[in-house]
Amino acid sequence: MKLTKVSKRNLITYGIVIAFYIIIQILNLTGNLSSHMEGLLVPMTYYSIVAVALNLTVGILGELSLGHAGFMCIGAFSASLFSVATKETMNGGLRFFLALVIGTVMAAIFGFLIGIPVLRLKGDYLAIVTLAFGEIIKNILAAVYLGYDEAGLHISFKSFVLQGEGKMLINGAMGIQGTPSDSSFTIAIVILLISLFIVQNLVNSRDGRAIMSIRDNRIASESVGINVVKYKMLAFVISAAIAGTAGVLFSHNTSTLTATSTYFGYNVSIMILVYVVLGGIGNIRGSVIAASILYILPEMLRGLSNYRMLIYSIVLIVIMLINWAPKAIEVREKYVTLLKRRFAK
Amino acid sequence: MKKFGKVVSMLTASAMLMGTLAGCGNSADTSSTETAETETTEASAEGTTFKIGGIGPTTGAAAIYGSDVRDAIQIAVDEINEAGGINGYQIEYKFEDDEHNAEKSVNAYNTLKDWGMQMLVGCVTSAPSIAVSEKTHEDNMFMLTPSGTAVNCVQYDNAFRVCFSDPNQGAASAEYIASDETLKSANIAIIYDSSIEYSTGIHDSFTSKATELGLNIVTDQAFTADSNTDFTVQLQSAKDAGADLVFLPIYYQEASLILTQANTMGYAPTFFGCDGMDGILEVENFDTSLAEGLMLLTPFSATATDDLTVNFVTKFQELAGHVPNQFGADAYDAVYAIKAVCEAQNITPDMSVSDICEAMKTGMTEIELDNVLTSPSTLSWEASGEPNKEPRAVVITNGEYVLAE
Repeated sequence: MKLTKVSKRNLITYGIVIAFYIIIQILNLTGNLSSHMEGLLVPMTYYSIVAVALNLTVGILGELSLGHAGFMCIGAFSASLFSVATKETMNGGLRFFLALVIGTVMAAIFGFLIGIPVLRLKGDYLAIVTLAFGEIIKNILAAVYLGYDEAGLHISFKSFVLQGEGKMLINGAMGIQGTPSDSSFTIAIVILLISLFIVQNLVNSRDGRAIMSIRDNRIASESVGINVVKYKMLAFVISAAIAGTAGVLFSHNTSTLTATSTYFGYNVSIMILVYVVLGGIGNIRGSVIAASILYILPEMLRGLSNYRMLIYSIVLIVIMLINWAPKAIEVREKYVTLLKRRFAK
Repeated sequence: MKKFGKVVSMLTASAMLMGTLAGCGNSADTSSTETAETETTEASAEGTTFKIGGIGPTTGAAAIYGSDVRDAIQIAVDEINEAGGINGYQIEYKFEDDEHNAEKSVNAYNTLKDWGMQMLVGCVTSAPSIAVSEKTHEDNMFMLTPSGTAVNCVQYDNAFRVCFSDPNQGAASAEYIASDETLKSANIAIIYDSSIEYSTGIHDSFTSKATELGLNIVTDQAFTADSNTDFTVQLQSAKDAGADLVFLPIYYQEASLILTQANTMGYAPTFFGCDGMDGILEVENFDTSLAEGLMLLTPFSATATDDLTVNFVTKFQELAGHVPNQFGADAYDAVYAIKAVCEAQNITPDMSVSDICEAMKTGMTEIELDNVLTSPSTLSWEASGEPNKEPRAVVITNGEYVLAE
């Protein structure tokens, strides 16, 4: 079987992820993995997943979304709600699988609802609307109270007291507490591989080429009969759904879930965008690598104590310059061709 | 596509700039961490020193609380080490930043665990405390939070706290108001921040206790972290409802704005706050005369004249360059509580983390500290992790916190 250039590139991406997973497992089994590093693995993976999702919107579809943290938030809250409600009645594996499905589907539904009006428009409207959407979702979830007791289910924007036996599910600003910690590094890696598989195959499919043609020239693609709204919607909903899955991993990793700006604000959306931009717009593998490195970096810099956030920012700028400054690209290309010639001889 | 690229690069550039600015804000207090580091480099062999870790925000919006706790623990540890340590063993101390983020807090906890931490003084803020308590519970590591006020911070038996819980503060405030001759018949308005646990927790318990005690709440106004600069709407409705006591279960930054805006409106009720109000006199560019007559329930008053407070405040000012708030005082008491329990239970550093935790759990409920910063009388603990201490009310008179009669 002869591999095409594209499928070879895709296989390398899966290979990198699997190799990373194996290295971590070996380190873990031989006891060389510090508990600090171990705690970072799951967050690192779900930020990689959401970076892959955003790259589908930004890099492949060519629309800017500033609300991916909002989709994570939807996924996280819907799945957590389900898990907390069924914690006593369902066994772990099935419950987490259903939670993943619920989180993904809910995020997809919201992605679809937003897409209906916005994706019909030309220009940067999606950025504005998703930005607003993320903030609205965050604020609503931070204000809502949901609980059940003997009298039934209650939902309100004001806090209330439960009568008799019952449980608060969403407790206003205090969010959802007691989500079982079902996320594990293995599950996270499997989901990362699945999302990579979906996105990379979509890109190389007929639909993917249609999506990219919209990105490159909307008028030309319309003239050859491509249904612009349909394909935009397809890419955006998949992107939102994957972000929702990442949200499920997020909420099942720490037991408390609060809808605050530190986790779901627009700063987080922009941080994810930074991962995508530094990894290379349209470059799926780059997003995974950039998200992993940039998430780990401030943690690895803990030794520098108070300077670490300053140094982190400087590193971001340096990476940006090395990756994208025309001079840097020129120098890089020169050395790459030199190396290639060496090896060719 | 070109335009799109521009937008993306603008956004990323501004994100980076924000990151840089956030970094700059913290470079001011590096002097104190340097002392912390020199302390920790004197590491000695395993099992000959107690290793106490601390977690709290020293960067980001809640940095003031975390850095106060960090410095206060440092002072207490230095004092104890000078006086010969705990049971003859010196203490090693390390503090990690969590940016007031539960996820980062767990990372910080794992870092400290790798370092060999045996007991945790932390976390400083509520949500991170809850997240970390899940982990300490798994590892059976003793945890004493100086200032995690949310109920769930001490939901496990290995976690204790020095401060009052949110419901306790709300109920205590309502009881204090009901017991005061002039305040109890007042029309009460509440202005609170519905987006943070601290404020909603106090608000909920205050309203239920107040209804129980027959206090007269005329209006209940909320704001969120995103709308915490303009309070004229809330103040106007309090004024229209004829409130002559305004209860503010919020932090001092917002409270200083409320006081200023009420003054501009010509509205002068009695304001009543909780421990988050502590620090209002140190707010920059705030006319402290506006805070005259402000009452607050707080466990600690930096202007108290007893030897312990004077000693702590002087040392703290030398180290950090400003007057400590109650978070620092809570942390200072936390370290001394650990010392007292270790001595009572004969805990030694060569014991395993889990054994230390078991001994600490029983020990915490048996001790009674009588010379502490954050209680007028004694400080002891319930097995549930809640402290037993008396709240004290402070009135701001002539620009100083004065204990209320």
